[in-house]
Amino acid sequence: MSALLDVRGLRKSFGTTEILRGIDFSVAAQELVFVIGPSGSGKSTMLRCCNRLEEPTAGHVFVDGVDLMAKGTDINAMRRRIGMVFQAFNLYPHMTALGNVTLALRKVLGKGREEAEAIGIAALDRVGLKEKAGNYPSELSGGQQQRVAIARALSLEPKIMLFDEPTSALDPELVGAVLGVMRDLKEAGMTMVVVSHEMRFARDAADRIVFMADGQILEQGSPAEIFGNPQNPRTRDFVGELSR
Amino acid sequence: MTGLERFQDAFLKPELIERYWPDIVSGIAVTLQIAVAVVVTGLALGLFLAVIRSYRIRLLNLPIIVFVDIFRALPPLVVILIVYFGLPNLGINIPGFAVLWLVLSLVLAAFAEEIFWSGIVSVRKGQWDAARSTGLDHWQTLTSVILPQAIRICVPPLTNRTIAVTKNTALGTVIGVGEIMNQGTSAMSLSGNATPLMMAAVAYVVIFVPVVALGSWIERRFAWKRA
Repeated sequence: MSALLDVRGLRKSFGTTEILRGIDFSVAAQELVFVIGPSGSGKSTMLRCCNRLEEPTAGHVFVDGVDLMAKGTDINAMRRRIGMVFQAFNLYPHMTALGNVTLALRKVLGKGREEAEAIGIAALDRVGLKEKAGNYPSELSGGQQQRVAIARALSLEPKIMLFDEPTSALDPELVGAVLGVMRDLKEAGMTMVVVSHEMRFARDAADRIVFMADGQILEQGSPAEIFGNPQNPRTRDFVGELSR
Repeated sequence: MTGLERFQDAFLKPELIERYWPDIVSGIAVTLQIAVAVVVTGLALGLFLAVIRSYRIRLLNLPIIVFVDIFRALPPLVVILIVYFGLPNLGINIPGFAVLWLVLSLVLAAFAEEIFWSGIVSVRKGQWDAARSTGLDHWQTLTSVILPQAIRICVPPLTNRTIAVTKNTALGTVIGVGEIMNQGTSAMSLSGNATPLMMAAVAYVVIFVPVVALGSWIERRFAWKRA
């Protein structure tokens, strides 16, 4: 199995504070990797380095074999292949759901309005919100907004999807539909890295769990290994705390 | 003579209104031309500077900030006098009309830059994240995502500032530009009566009330439903 995402020696400091202290990990095609760990462990920063929304201080990130940190790399071209979903949805409030989904199709891929809208509608249909295409974000529930955000990323046909706590801002009753969409993506063969506290989802959907603390990966393994028989004492504490 | 008649005689004399209204009308034409020119160049330059600033290139930001702070601090009258009476000593002669346009444009640009800039930074950072993560570059993100939200926030303060700066066209009086105020005060001196000044006041109201209305129309036009 070749790695679709390969992170090598990743370091990130904000001022004198070191957030990431040498991260190495890779994600194979069609793999769903869950990143868990206590807050402040650098999970989100690590994820944001994977499309250079956060500029790494040192290290390399390879996506589909391309070094994102290399000088000649067109980062905007690479980002279309790396879908990202945010905790706060970050939908554009002045555009309809369809407008949100088609913006990059038109501006980045240069598609005409009709073609972009056809793709956009298909993407919204995939997350079950075709009928909300004409609605503005403020007219949608949090769960619907997040699904539009997923459609926005999906419409560009990314090779990999990064999820940064996609359900943390949602009311509990809205979480299910978002996780349902993620499960569908997994079944469709999407490669995914998910930073999340949805442990039940991690347990039954993830191929691999990565445990991070203090800017390092302390342990990784299958859900059965991490939840059933954690080796590192910090992992044990964290998992124990969660299952209490 | 009653009080009201005395007031009418000093401020609203019909024969003076008749005699001087062509002057005031020509003043209105001049004021409108300068005002429109100032609004166009001032807002465009202000937006341009704010956009440059959004790239956060230190070498460019410093001069922008210095320019903005100086022109917000200086009374426009001082700058107008220096440019109009000072520059000819260096062999640079600029007509009064152009001096007024140039200086007021720079003043408006300085204030507009600050307003546009504060609008840009008030848009949540997640909007940049979302747009950039889909491959939009800085310029595309700014024009498609950030500015449409920022400008909406900017409209009320921009309207106020635009009106405040364009009213300063009245300063053209001191350098002989034939705008409303100049026409009004000249006619006042000639006639020894304040009626032309009242006419000038009415002219200003006639010009600027529609601008205020336009501002609130734009405000509504740019509004969208918010969460």
